[in-house]
Amino acid sequence: MSIFVIGYYAFLLIGSCLAAYFNKRSVFLLLFSLTLVSFILGIVGGTSALKFVAISAGVLAMAAMVSYAFREFLIMMVSDNMAKELRTAPLTAAFGMFVIFTYAIAGIFAPWIAPFGEAEVISSAFAPADQNMLLGADQLGRDMFSRIIYGTRNSVGLSLSATTAAFILGAGAGMLAATKGGWFDQFMGRFADVIMSIPSLIFALLMLSIFGSSMIVIICAVAIIYAPRVYRLTRAVAGDVVVMDYIEAAKLRGEGTGYLIRKEILPNSTAPLVAEYGLEFCFVFLLVAGLSFLGLGIQPPTADWGSMVRENATLISFGELTPLIPAAAIALLTVAVNFVVDWMLFRSSGLKEK
Amino acid sequence: MGDILGLVGKRLGLGAIILLIISAIIFFMIELLPGDVAQAVLGQGATEENLAALRKEMGLDQPAIVRYLAWLKGAIVFDFGTSIVTGGSVASAIGERFANTLFLAAYAAMIAIPISILLGVLVALLRNSIFDRVANVVTLSFISSPEFFLGYILILYFSVKWGMFPAIASLNDGMSFGDLLYRTFLPALTMVLVVTAHMMRMTRAAIINLLASPYIEMARLKGVPPWRVIVKHALPNAWAPIITVIALNLAYLITGVVLVEVVFVYPGIGQLLVDAVAKRDVPVVNACCLIFAATFILLNLAADVGAILTNPRLRHPK
Amino acid sequence: MVKDKDVLLKIKDLKIQGYSDETWVDIIKGVDLTLHRGEVMGLIGESGAGKSTIGAGAMGYARDGTRISEGSIEFDGMELTTATEDERRALRGARIAYVAQSAAASFNPSHKIIDQHTEAPVQYRIQKRMEAQEDAIDLYNRLRLPNPDEIGFRYPHQVSGGQLQRAMTAMAMSCRPDLIIFDEPTTALDVTTQIEVLAAIRDIVDQFNTAAIYITHDLAVVAQMADTIKVLLKGNEVEEAPTEEMLNNPKEDYTKSLWAVRSFESPQRYRPEDGTPLISVKNVDAAYASGPKILNDVSFDIYAGMTVAVVGESGSGKSTTARCITGLLPPQKGEVLFNGTPFPPDYRNRTKEELRQCQMIYQMADTALNPKVRISEIIGRPAQFYSGLTGAALKNRVDELLDLIELDPAKYYNRYPPELSGGQKQRIGIARALAAEPTFIVCDEVTSALDQLVAEGILRLLDRLQDELNLAYMFITHDLATVRSIADEVIVMQHGKVVEQGPKDDMFKPPHHPYTDLLLSSVPEMDPNWLTTLLEERGVDNLGDAAAARIGG
Repeated sequence: MSIFVIGYYAFLLIGSCLAAYFNKRSVFLLLFSLTLVSFILGIVGGTSALKFVAISAGVLAMAAMVSYAFREFLIMMVSDNMAKELRTAPLTAAFGMFVIFTYAIAGIFAPWIAPFGEAEVISSAFAPADQNMLLGADQLGRDMFSRIIYGTRNSVGLSLSATTAAFILGAGAGMLAATKGGWFDQFMGRFADVIMSIPSLIFALLMLSIFGSSMIVIICAVAIIYAPRVYRLTRAVAGDVVVMDYIEAAKLRGEGTGYLIRKEILPNSTAPLVAEYGLEFCFVFLLVAGLSFLGLGIQPPTADWGSMVRENATLISFGELTPLIPAAAIALLTVAVNFVVDWMLFRSSGLKEK
Repeated sequence: MGDILGLVGKRLGLGAIILLIISAIIFFMIELLPGDVAQAVLGQGATEENLAALRKEMGLDQPAIVRYLAWLKGAIVFDFGTSIVTGGSVASAIGERFANTLFLAAYAAMIAIPISILLGVLVALLRNSIFDRVANVVTLSFISSPEFFLGYILILYFSVKWGMFPAIASLNDGMSFGDLLYRTFLPALTMVLVVTAHMMRMTRAAIINLLASPYIEMARLKGVPPWRVIVKHALPNAWAPIITVIALNLAYLITGVVLVEVVFVYPGIGQLLVDAVAKRDVPVVNACCLIFAATFILLNLAADVGAILTNPRLRHPK
Repeated sequence: MVKDKDVLLKIKDLKIQGYSDETWVDIIKGVDLTLHRGEVMGLIGESGAGKSTIGAGAMGYARDGTRISEGSIEFDGMELTTATEDERRALRGARIAYVAQSAAASFNPSHKIIDQHTEAPVQYRIQKRMEAQEDAIDLYNRLRLPNPDEIGFRYPHQVSGGQLQRAMTAMAMSCRPDLIIFDEPTTALDVTTQIEVLAAIRDIVDQFNTAAIYITHDLAVVAQMADTIKVLLKGNEVEEAPTEEMLNNPKEDYTKSLWAVRSFESPQRYRPEDGTPLISVKNVDAAYASGPKILNDVSFDIYAGMTVAVVGESGSGKSTTARCITGLLPPQKGEVLFNGTPFPPDYRNRTKEELRQCQMIYQMADTALNPKVRISEIIGRPAQFYSGLTGAALKNRVDELLDLIELDPAKYYNRYPPELSGGQKQRIGIARALAAEPTFIVCDEVTSALDQLVAEGILRLLDRLQDELNLAYMFITHDLATVRSIADEVIVMQHGKVVEQGPKDDMFKPPHHPYTDLLLSSVPEMDPNWLTTLLEERGVDNLGDAAAARIGG
């Protein structure tokens, strides 16, 4: 029994007892179930498993503290109204905002942050990390860290523009269909059904095989694939608004379609649409990453997270973590956006109940 | 009962029409392909006569609509023509691989469906507790991770570091069923992780949605014990959403398999599709897309029909 | 009626909190309640008074998002606030039963009615399944449900609303509880259906000498049902007294004001001897899409400056008539004349001037006002749209309109609808209609979603505006008290046809079309003996659906 193991269990048990004593039910449940799980883990995996648990817990605690601080920071920075909203944000959402903020900085200031150029070959292939190269070199001897920073720009930028394109198409058509109704609505609904019954990745592959892979093709393909999803949601949200009496009142007044959409429908559908934008961004981002990973997305030498995973995948069989870093970057951003969206959806549904 | 048959028939008819439209979309999009197929097959050096002969042989001199109908007629009996790259029959190239893909999807589904529905009901019961929140964060993380990320992590730990499972899911003929399950465990597990998270969240949402109904409150005020409220009062009404959840995720399993197959070098239809796209082997891409779309539509249809069949208002009309 | 003197339920200083905006807020602020065996207590109050919360609290049940924070609830010697959840649950259904407002939503759609009925007695091992079924059929008989032997074996969606409500009362009776909580059991029903449910409930409660808490916002209904009445306001008790005393001699000002509500009556106006009607509906037939005919040969006239009330139960075609006039639903046959000239049937073909003449005020002020638009713009837009006002002129007009509806312009100009109360929102709706300077306004159930006192204020305001601006109203309502206070002429509709029309003072004097009689006699009155007298006159088998069917046939 090492000191570490004794300390580990002592910490957990004292923590559980304190939580129980102070009537913190959920903290107690968490700590004590962790203790029980640790018994099994300790027996099966030995000290290293326990160390892993301890390190994960430490990382989680760090993330929680960063999120907490970041939320306080945001509350101080923004106006009173916004601050009131932000106070209701759980730590997960604050964490999400922090990650998104970091990525935005990295993407915007990439050339100043990255020590080397995007396609600059500076050492031998797969060179290990040294004081020059934080994460070592890739299969052509380019700096991994710099490429990841540049990748933020390319991968996120591409997904953002594709999502925005899908949104303009889908939300526009959805609002129009909800207001106009009639055959236009019917036709658009059927059309969306057809597009949506082709699986998205397959449809993207089909289009890429026909038009070849370039940025423009990817953006168009993604916009066409995701616009029907946005359309469906917008149509549903706007459909709920359109049956309201104030829309009838405006129609009876003689207002045109443009006024109805701009002044009456749009202000009442922004909350779900913003959440949907986040959600769609996640799907698009994962799809684009998947395409790049298959070698059919953004073409080299442009740095892109999906293709970086593919190019360096061989390192994994040597037990190296490096190729997983771009993959983790993808996962982290998607998780972050999902956390924020989760909070926004919860808020908008909570408001509805009142 | 006539009502239900009518509704189901209508849904099936609609599915068939959508499939037809999609086959047309797939076929005519390929028509937009820049360049000449005959040229692509024979290469730059081909003579004009050879090209014309090949065009005639492939039926390229016919109008598009005639070729589409011919292709459709073939597709119905699983005759998708010949591959441009290998020259072999597309159907035979797809056949076995499609079976492999279905096997992998079924393997993952067998594990994922029972676990996720059980866990989904459980977190719905424990909603707003610490376990619910932890489950929320964990499932969200799994959904957000690209399949290749999860796949490589599993490879890194389970095969490279601990050597428990093979990293490459290769198949050969004389394999026993147990061996097959062992070799395909990691790809199946990757898909289980993603799909379970999805299904759990959706099951939880469906049940919580139902628990807010007045008839659930009525049951509670009648003194019905909590487990009975769930089993007797919530579950019979939850079948429709749960069936939809399952069908959606099965559809996802079959199409999302592409990335997993590439990571684990598994000989499925997804690998074939990716190779064909890279080589622009149009007949193969065509056939794969049609098969994927058909599976997807069939599963969605099954969900709709299931939802219709479990709706008490439709089962017992006025 | 012989009453046992033992106390069945004793609630002392009950406080219940609700969770909103991240904090717990008191919604019940210390209420006492004592109920004896066999006694029926009426809980009345406006929305937000906490009636339902107390009702659920009496079962030791706190709805999601509420909690019992203080006080004691003692049921037959057992303290519910400290009892375990299992102990409390053992009481529910067996000794305390609950009847919910919407029977249609409170029956599980997946099970037959009788299976839901027998669930509690079988679970508590009071009866075997077959015995419980026989008992259910017996109860259906006593509650005078049609086809009592067979009705229980149907699914809830196969049975009508009034019948479901009685089946739910039967279900509450299944274990012969000591106490039943009735939570607004007839609020969602039409008046003619309401009677049959009221009669059935009163009957069964008498037969088994069950104690009951009857929750409602309708004074006339509670007068028929309760032995004692307790008045609540915003989570506090106002007063409690035996029914007779409470009706004749209320002590508190708030109670008096509730009782005095229907005192307002606008003087009757008569149509001019000659002259063209402002709106003339001529032989209109209408239907939605390819559905069945909703309106069948509807004709009537509305003269300038007069109020025509259109009365009928749900599904009678009142609102559809309004949609035909406003042009939202072009009629299949017939036409609508405005000052003698035909209105284009579809509103999209009407000119701005034509649209301006005919405005609407809606039932639900919540859905009638865009929550994301400022009051100034809601009211200002029609003025800007029709009269082209801008800048200072527009602001003056909005201020003027706010003054007209008795809201302080300085205070409300920049606010949003969700910040206002129900009555204030309805006033904004009125101001928006006025901003167009119309001659004719359709009022679609404008007071039915409001508490009685607030509704009274709205009626007075509408009447005043009518005098000042010479407006004609088409007043759609199902509430005859409203008709009595504001109408000049009355139109009675049933199944899409005009059954009867004429000046108000004629309508409230017999003789009439049998449907009008049925409708008029079905409206509960404050007299506690009203229901008894009515049942004697009409006979127990000539109520609700049965009576309506007789007339229809």
